[in-house]
Amino acid sequence: MDITDRVINIIAEQAVLDPSDVTMDSSLEDLGIDSLGLVESIFAIEEAFDISVPFNANEPDQGDFDISSVSSIVAGIQKLVAEQS
Amino acid sequence: MKRVVITGAGTINALGHSVPETLKAMQEGRCGIGPLEFRDVDRLSIRIGGQVRGYEAEENFNRQQLALYDRFTQFTLIAAREAVAQAGLEFSGALAARAGVVLGNSGGGMTTLDENYRSVYEDGKNRVHPFVVPKLMNNAAASHVSMEFNLKGPSFTVATACASSNHAMAQAFQMVHGGLTPVMIAGGSESMLCFGGVKAWEGLRVMSKDACRPFSANRNGMVQGEGAGIFVFEELEHARKRGAEILAEVAGYAMSSDAADIVMPSKQGAARAIKGALQDARINATDVGYINAHGTGTAANDKTESAAVADVFGAHADRLMISSTKSMHGHLIGGTGAVELLACIMALRDGIVAPTIGYEESDPECALDVVPNEAREAKVDVALSNAFAFGGLNAVLALKRFS
Repeated sequence: MDITDRVINIIAEQAVLDPSDVTMDSSLEDLGIDSLGLVESIFAIEEAFDISVPFNANEPDQGDFDISSVSSIVAGIQKLVAEQS
Repeated sequence: MKRVVITGAGTINALGHSVPETLKAMQEGRCGIGPLEFRDVDRLSIRIGGQVRGYEAEENFNRQQLALYDRFTQFTLIAAREAVAQAGLEFSGALAARAGVVLGNSGGGMTTLDENYRSVYEDGKNRVHPFVVPKLMNNAAASHVSMEFNLKGPSFTVATACASSNHAMAQAFQMVHGGLTPVMIAGGSESMLCFGGVKAWEGLRVMSKDACRPFSANRNGMVQGEGAGIFVFEELEHARKRGAEILAEVAGYAMSSDAADIVMPSKQGAARAIKGALQDARINATDVGYINAHGTGTAANDKTESAAVADVFGAHADRLMISSTKSMHGHLIGGTGAVELLACIMALRDGIVAPTIGYEESDPECALDVVPNEAREAKVDVALSNAFAFGGLNAVLALKRFS
């Protein structure tokens, strides 16, 4: 499974949706993931890829990690995996 | 109903080891937050906090006591000694039989827990010290205060996360107000600045890595502190008869529950507690000169709290002062309301309003007079102290200048 599929699976599990319902341009909000769900998703991503995601709930728009859509999250993880490996 | 006054105050926190030291630091707008120092801090991503510095437990307690006193209990006793000494009370006979102690605390003996988990899990030991349980239980501090000062009346610990101390002081107020006892010791303490304590908070992703900047547009989270604040709540006539110095009057309080979300604050819940405290104390909103804000420095709290204050006070919201001293001593969680009550006493008694330090950019969602960066002289007749906890449990105290 590549990074995209793994991220979609994590997000789908958090949103209690079938992975086929999670599209690359969905936002977490579209999928019904609230602020607690977001923090849990990021934790699950960190555990799955053994990376540290720089995310502070007080300034979600700051920093390098863009959480605005599934595709931006995937891109951010690909970058972190490359940097931290 | 009896009038309730404060006749003693004590503290130890990142700003000082006594009330005078703490108030001086607040007047100077000094920051007590700095790099954390404890084992394994290099494994944390959050490495700042309002730690109590220059403190040697052995200078205050003997070996037998230290075997039983977690850091939060030590801080509590140091603050209680200062408060009771200032009040000049000795508890014996009928007074001892009625007086008690109600304290706020959230985590209990977190350092004790951390050290002993490390010992059994990491070091693989199969034996722990026999006093682990009595040392870590979160009523330990209240119990040791009752023992040290011979308080034989109602004593217990209140746990409502960040509002614990305010709930505790409200309970103690109610007991004196209702005539159950002429004196109660009240306040709270916390010490969770250890690897496990900070690691848990770090996970929630609401902590700042650099500073606590309440109400500032560039705020990026809370910073933890530690310490204790303890007060002597006394029935007015009891205090008058013995010629005690009165620091301020506790006029009323209110508690409310958001019944909404385990972490996100609610404007309505906060507003109901603020409004309720004014009603309970029979205070006009326009008489409030100062509010010690909950002001955690998180994006969510500060804008919600500002909106609640604007709702309750209307046009007067622009005339009152509201500051968060957490910018200086950090967030003491279960002990925070107690240390923050000192800022209310300073405003009422000394006419000096503590600042919100670290304030850099105005935020249209927090458009109140937050007393940025520098303390201010002002005559304040009524002060409120806000506390809005995780779990949506709120408690607001109303204090009056005593004259």
